[in-house]
Amino acid sequence: MIGVIQFPGSCDERDAVAAAQRVGDARLVWHEETDLSGLDGVIVPGGFSYGDYLRAGAIARFSPAMEAVSRFAADGGAVLGICNGFQVLCEAGLLPGALLPNEGLRFICRQVELIAEDFSGPFGSDIAPGDRLSIPVKHMSGRYFAPDDQLNRLEADGLIAFRYAPGANPNGSVRDVAGVVNDAGNVLGLMPHPEHAVDPLTGSDDGLALFRALAAAQQPAPA
Amino acid sequence: MKAKVLIRPKEGILDPQGKAVERALPALGFDGVHDVRVGRLVELETDDPSRLDDLCEKLLANPLIEDFEVEVEQ
Repeated sequence: MIGVIQFPGSCDERDAVAAAQRVGDARLVWHEETDLSGLDGVIVPGGFSYGDYLRAGAIARFSPAMEAVSRFAADGGAVLGICNGFQVLCEAGLLPGALLPNEGLRFICRQVELIAEDFSGPFGSDIAPGDRLSIPVKHMSGRYFAPDDQLNRLEADGLIAFRYAPGANPNGSVRDVAGVVNDAGNVLGLMPHPEHAVDPLTGSDDGLALFRALAAAQQPAPA
Repeated sequence: MKAKVLIRPKEGILDPQGKAVERALPALGFDGVHDVRVGRLVELETDDPSRLDDLCEKLLANPLIEDFEVEVEQ
């Protein structure tokens, strides 16, 4: 069972549930829930949790469900953060870096090409390094940032999961970074929306690989 | 006790909002203005100003991308 966290202001949680249900079972998890037992994987979905007040993701990280997600991740559970979910995971310190307002100061909504990197963990199981994925982005604050020394370490340790294809960087992200994983590889965040790329009818089903990986994840054993 | 927290983008981080403001100024006749940076100001009242730095680091600012200054009004 995959749990999709629902914050006040989330807007992509139902699409994430629908995408996950194509490959397994999924349910919503209200932001006040703290019991994640029985879940094999967690999705922190896109949207504008708590109105994006202060900074995108800054307030959501303190919600009861997010504290449970932090424990879930620490126990080795698979966590996928999409767009606002990526921002939340960075703010929570579960992923390195931060997301800044787009370089062009505009909301961007379009299909982009991603290139998969060689990254470890459950999310890479169905994706080969160099694979090109066509997945839409839609965000206002998607400019990935980390200091140079940290980026060097992320690259050396294989923690960059996805980059925008050359020339396709929509938001000014450093080194074209579109998604990263944590050291253990069980937490992945990305700005593009794989849940909107699960059916050829709407342009691409390249996003399904991430949901298949999540559906195959094992329930974590609490420490 | 009243306090003000001034939060600004860290040195070296591109601030597109500041750039947009900077580019708009000459059109209004304000020449010679450079390095515009846009931050934000948080005003609050607190019983325990000793915890303000901690509060800023945990919530009001993201230390990876922002600097902050706390000013307590006596």
